[in-house]
Amino acid sequence: MTRWARKRPTRAHHGRAAKAEDQDGGSFVTVTDFDISPSDPLVAYVQSNSGAVRLSSLELDSPTVEALKGAGIELVIPLISHGDLVGLLNLGPHRSGREYSSDERKLLDDLVGYVGPAVRVAQLVRQQEEEMRTRGRLEQELRVAQLIQQQFLPKELPHLPGWDIAAFYRPAQAVGGDFYDFIELPDGKMGVVVGDVTDKGVPAALVMATTHSILRSDAPRLVTPSAVLERANDLLVSDIPAHMFVTCLYGVLDPANGTLTFANAGHNLPYLNTGDEAVEIRATGMPLGLMAGSRYEEREASVAPGQSLLLHSDGIAEAHNDDREMFGFPRLRSIVAGGLEGNELIDDILSELDQFTGAEWEQEDDITLVSLCRGAGGSAGFGSPPGEIEKSAPDGSHGQLPRDAVVLADFELESLPGNERAAMERVVEAVRELDLPSRQLDRIKTAVSEATMNAIEHGNENRPHLPVRVSVLSISDNELLVRVTDSGGDRPIPEAETPDIDAKLAGEQSPRGWGLFLIRNMVDDMRLSSEGTHHTIELAFNLRKGHGDEHRI
Amino acid sequence: MNTAFDTHVRLRDDVAIMDLIGEINSGAGDRLEAAYSEVKRDDKPVVLLNFKGVDYINSSGIALIVTLLARARNDDRAVLSCNLSDHYKEIFAITRVTDFMTVYPDESAALAGSRPDEASQRR
Repeated sequence: MTRWARKRPTRAHHGRAAKAEDQDGGSFVTVTDFDISPSDPLVAYVQSNSGAVRLSSLELDSPTVEALKGAGIELVIPLISHGDLVGLLNLGPHRSGREYSSDERKLLDDLVGYVGPAVRVAQLVRQQEEEMRTRGRLEQELRVAQLIQQQFLPKELPHLPGWDIAAFYRPAQAVGGDFYDFIELPDGKMGVVVGDVTDKGVPAALVMATTHSILRSDAPRLVTPSAVLERANDLLVSDIPAHMFVTCLYGVLDPANGTLTFANAGHNLPYLNTGDEAVEIRATGMPLGLMAGSRYEEREASVAPGQSLLLHSDGIAEAHNDDREMFGFPRLRSIVAGGLEGNELIDDILSELDQFTGAEWEQEDDITLVSLCRGAGGSAGFGSPPGEIEKSAPDGSHGQLPRDAVVLADFELESLPGNERAAMERVVEAVRELDLPSRQLDRIKTAVSEATMNAIEHGNENRPHLPVRVSVLSISDNELLVRVTDSGGDRPIPEAETPDIDAKLAGEQSPRGWGLFLIRNMVDDMRLSSEGTHHTIELAFNLRKGHGDEHRI
Repeated sequence: MNTAFDTHVRLRDDVAIMDLIGEINSGAGDRLEAAYSEVKRDDKPVVLLNFKGVDYINSSGIALIVTLLARARNDDRAVLSCNLSDHYKEIFAITRVTDFMTVYPDESAALAGSRPDEASQRR
């Protein structure tokens, strides 16, 4: 059967033809997967002449006719469906050796009246199957790209006293390569990264993951942002696919004095809202992965109390409306100059973007926004969340609440032996509605029990009147935080010895001392902090569910 | 809620089986020590800790198990275990307790695999 490229462009499609012999030694012909260019003269001929056509009688300058003759075809019968030519039925020499009779040709003409529609149905089914396979593959790739991307976005925002940090990320349908990150650095400083990989889908996500990992590993070790970007560039340039590169802004924020030291590998310039205007802060450098040995200018900006910074990817400024106008940097800059900060600023930008693009807009590229606002009072230190315990949090829970936190339980217990088990059971009750897998629940139980026991025995030294406070927080259905706080005074938390069973069995180490070790192995993250007379241990469990495309923390 | 700890010792051939019941926390120390002394008196080369009746083990309980392992090691006595839940199997693996205490799914499997030669090889 010849396949007819009915609705395809006029490019030629290759076919296959083969000759063979039957068991009696007679010659017959098979022709398969033989596509014809719509511009071939044979097409026009069969469309204007109905019925079977003898190839030997045709005098056309047709590559197809030559190919069919070469394959031993003698008779061609057009297959028609609803007036459209959908294929050709090709017959080789008659097995008797004679010409096809007029009766046989009439029978064939009658037959193709039924065959044409059937062939068309088969073609549509096959086309549909191919489309579904392609769509399935694309959807699968999209899911993989989203998964990779989500894995490398921060799970929660850093808590800097005196700073309000907000972040927003929304992937485009095809998933671009945007990323952002916050990196805890020595001396209470914080690294902040916003980047964008050219290209989309899985390749971009993989390059994003690589860049993210390089920056994460080098940022705490290398002192300056320019050195971090130079190192990242050198590592990427040898392995990155030829058509890809990464724009990236990396800055080191000293929250104590508001200084941002930064270098820029071709990324959008951040805006500093000074209160009077929004100014671009500029440093020059080539994108990562383009050229070996690139050097990066390092600049410094100062964020005064009451001022804020906005870092952004080009998904905003380069968005187009129906008239193909670009949202543009001036428009973004004027929104920043409007004076809003943090989540209010992000909401304002997204709202303006919605109005500009209209409701039917399909987002063209990933959108990433990171806002760093220094409170009017200013402050210092990259602290973990329990470090900023506020005894009078408005909801009654201790510690600063992460955004989107829901308090599932908040209670106090006397420091009595065995109350760790009571804490464990109350936490189990509090998380019952989350329907956690039993393995995760067991881990939570052990970690909570051990943390409470530490608070009772070591923090409060078994003094019953000193309470142990336990808060259970659910964060956007993705994370469970359990905070256990003692009231044992302002003694520093002693460094825990890493238990070594060989040493314990040999009598060189006490058989005790497993508590913190167990906790560390039960949780996804653990933070210790002290404030005044309180020590808090925060246990974080990644629930890994309810991940939406939009990532806002 | 809290289940007081208790343990009983049974003897099967060369194996002293300690049936552990309740929660193994710091309060379980005396009973565990007494039971191990009983095992020692019976002079069996293998002790099998049967966790079937245990619903909770905390870090103090792990310390007591480690103490028992140390005593058994000094006495050249093999320690086996059975009927541990998956969670406590994981905890014993993390703490490397299982390096010194072979874990069997149940009592019969432990007894079948507890011939002194095999047990001492595992030790």
